[in-house]
Amino acid sequence: MSERIAISVNNVSKNFKLPHQKVSSIKDIFIRPLQVFRGNKTVEAQHALRNISFDVREGEFFGIVGRNGSGKSTLLKILAEIYQPTRGEVSVRGRLVPFIELGVGFNPELTGRENVYLSGALNGFSEKEIDAMYDDIVEFAELEAFMDQKLRNYSSGMQVRLAFSVATRSEADVLLIDEVLAVGDADFQRKCFDYFKKLKKDKQTVVFVTHDMTAVREYCDRAILMNDSRTVFVGDPDKVADEYLKILLPKNSSSSNKANTIPKEGAKITNQNLVLKNNKYHMDFTIESLGAKNVIAGFKVSDAAGRALFGTNSRIMQKSIDLKGGKVKLAWSFDDILHDGLYDIDIVVSNDTLTQVFHKIERAFTVRKASRQRTPYPVYPGITVEIDARSGIDV
Amino acid sequence: MMDQLKQRYRYSFIILKQLVVTDFKLRYKGSVLGYLWTLLRPLALFAVLYVVFVNFLRFGDAIPHYPVYLLLGVVLWSYFVEVTVNGVTSIVGKGDLMRKLAFPRYVVVVAGSVSALINLVINLLVVMLFIVFNGVDLTWNIVWLPLIILELFIFALGMSFLLSALYVRFRDINYVWEVLIQAGFYLTPILYPLSLVEQFSEFASKFLLINPMAQIIQDARYALVTVQTDTVHTVFAGSLYWLIPFTIVAVVTVASAIYFRHKSPLFAEEI
Repeated sequence: MSERIAISVNNVSKNFKLPHQKVSSIKDIFIRPLQVFRGNKTVEAQHALRNISFDVREGEFFGIVGRNGSGKSTLLKILAEIYQPTRGEVSVRGRLVPFIELGVGFNPELTGRENVYLSGALNGFSEKEIDAMYDDIVEFAELEAFMDQKLRNYSSGMQVRLAFSVATRSEADVLLIDEVLAVGDADFQRKCFDYFKKLKKDKQTVVFVTHDMTAVREYCDRAILMNDSRTVFVGDPDKVADEYLKILLPKNSSSSNKANTIPKEGAKITNQNLVLKNNKYHMDFTIESLGAKNVIAGFKVSDAAGRALFGTNSRIMQKSIDLKGGKVKLAWSFDDILHDGLYDIDIVVSNDTLTQVFHKIERAFTVRKASRQRTPYPVYPGITVEIDARSGIDV
Repeated sequence: MMDQLKQRYRYSFIILKQLVVTDFKLRYKGSVLGYLWTLLRPLALFAVLYVVFVNFLRFGDAIPHYPVYLLLGVVLWSYFVEVTVNGVTSIVGKGDLMRKLAFPRYVVVVAGSVSALINLVINLLVVMLFIVFNGVDLTWNIVWLPLIILELFIFALGMSFLLSALYVRFRDINYVWEVLIQAGFYLTPILYPLSLVEQFSEFASKFLLINPMAQIIQDARYALVTVQTDTVHTVFAGSLYWLIPFTIVAVVTVASAIYFRHKSPLFAEEI
């Protein structure tokens, strides 16, 4: 990586003026003449960015990370020169191309072909240059048969494919990519990530805004973490991802155990606990009978996006729970295979045929994990491998 | 030097071209007569004015080739209306683009102006047909026409810069401008000859000529149709008052461009 600086952000602040009473008609000049001509005293400044400083080196994949409303998008728009900073300076070496959104400038009334030329022009390509790359664009988008149809007759998936195909042609010294690029179906997402890998291989300077900590660890050389319009940390992407999860957690745990009503019949769950010891999670909870005798209890672990990862219940494990004594305590344990991220554990008790849920505690536990392994996948502990040194040698 | 200029304005020029082409393709989309409307609109207005003011009210009996004289005025005025009325909303209408891409903002306004200029040229060709069929004797004065069109182009573009930038903050501007355009149509000697005003008050006719649109239309008529018409050069002969309309054009255009340049970095967040 070269030591040359591609982007230098120096002490940048951005305030948006939020007038309490927006002056937007000439009528206001008559109704509130003093306010209008004194420069509108009711304006409240919203600090979207405060004293942000960092450098991006040439050939670097640089991440911008933060919660919604932390100032990421404002920062990106300032880098793209769409917004002007209130204070501070930004300097960019060479030509910068922003992808704030796919298909900017696309017009539904034009054909696919015409839209390629239009959005190509917005990316700085002359007609001749697009002529030369047109076939490649169409082929990459896999839309050969549709180019003379109007864009409004395209499915949204086709539109995204065409836009992405045009966008990836951009020749820039610096690319700004907003997270919106990573929308679409699984097939399209794979194409996106292939494109990122190619950019990284080609030592393209990229500034990349994302929520996805796996992508940060996998692609970024360095990253900036933002919170409340300020810089929290700039540097190692692993550290940024860890800090990001720390910021995220308090917000999430406060919402746990909400909307869990205590049942009046069947059975209920009480005294739930979870500890991590020697790379194993130990979870226990008590089931109290409210009339039911035989019940099934279980749990489910999901990631922050709500995707269920694994779980089990007492029937699968061929254990029966008899509540004739009024209450029982269940103790579960499982290997710590969780990698980086936030996880929610739901616990549930139902009747012995699984047809009626008696009590379900959603997000009974929220686990924040910053693993030492730094893998983008959970490491399953039951895998074995044998390395046979002899088989590599020709006998 | 030429190459440097080319490099600097390359991006602007590429976008300008695509915006004009797109506008051309989309303008009459879905209409049966399509691009013919570019000709039909000024011609229809001309027909109405001709029937009412020339046939019934006998305007312009003293002026040779009054129908052509009237048509030329209508065509030039229609150009000014088209550019400025579309100009008001040109920046706000492209708000989506403004918020997502940093490109030179002025291109959007210039593109509207250039589209209308193409229409004007087509309309002037129709005026030429009328000139031929009416048996107008063309003189060497016609060489002034490109300069007059240039002045009109600059004036309309300057007004558009001002209006489009103002409209970002004051959304009343389009209503205000609609009213002003209506008033302007009657304050400009388009359907009545200036000599008619002169009969009532010489001062009033001089005052009307200070309006750049009046000066432009009268000069164009002088160059194309008949020398028997009042222009700033004949009315203000011997004094420097004839410079007033040109000064107005220069001041409006420069001030508007400065205002637009000053405001354009904020368009993305204010729209």
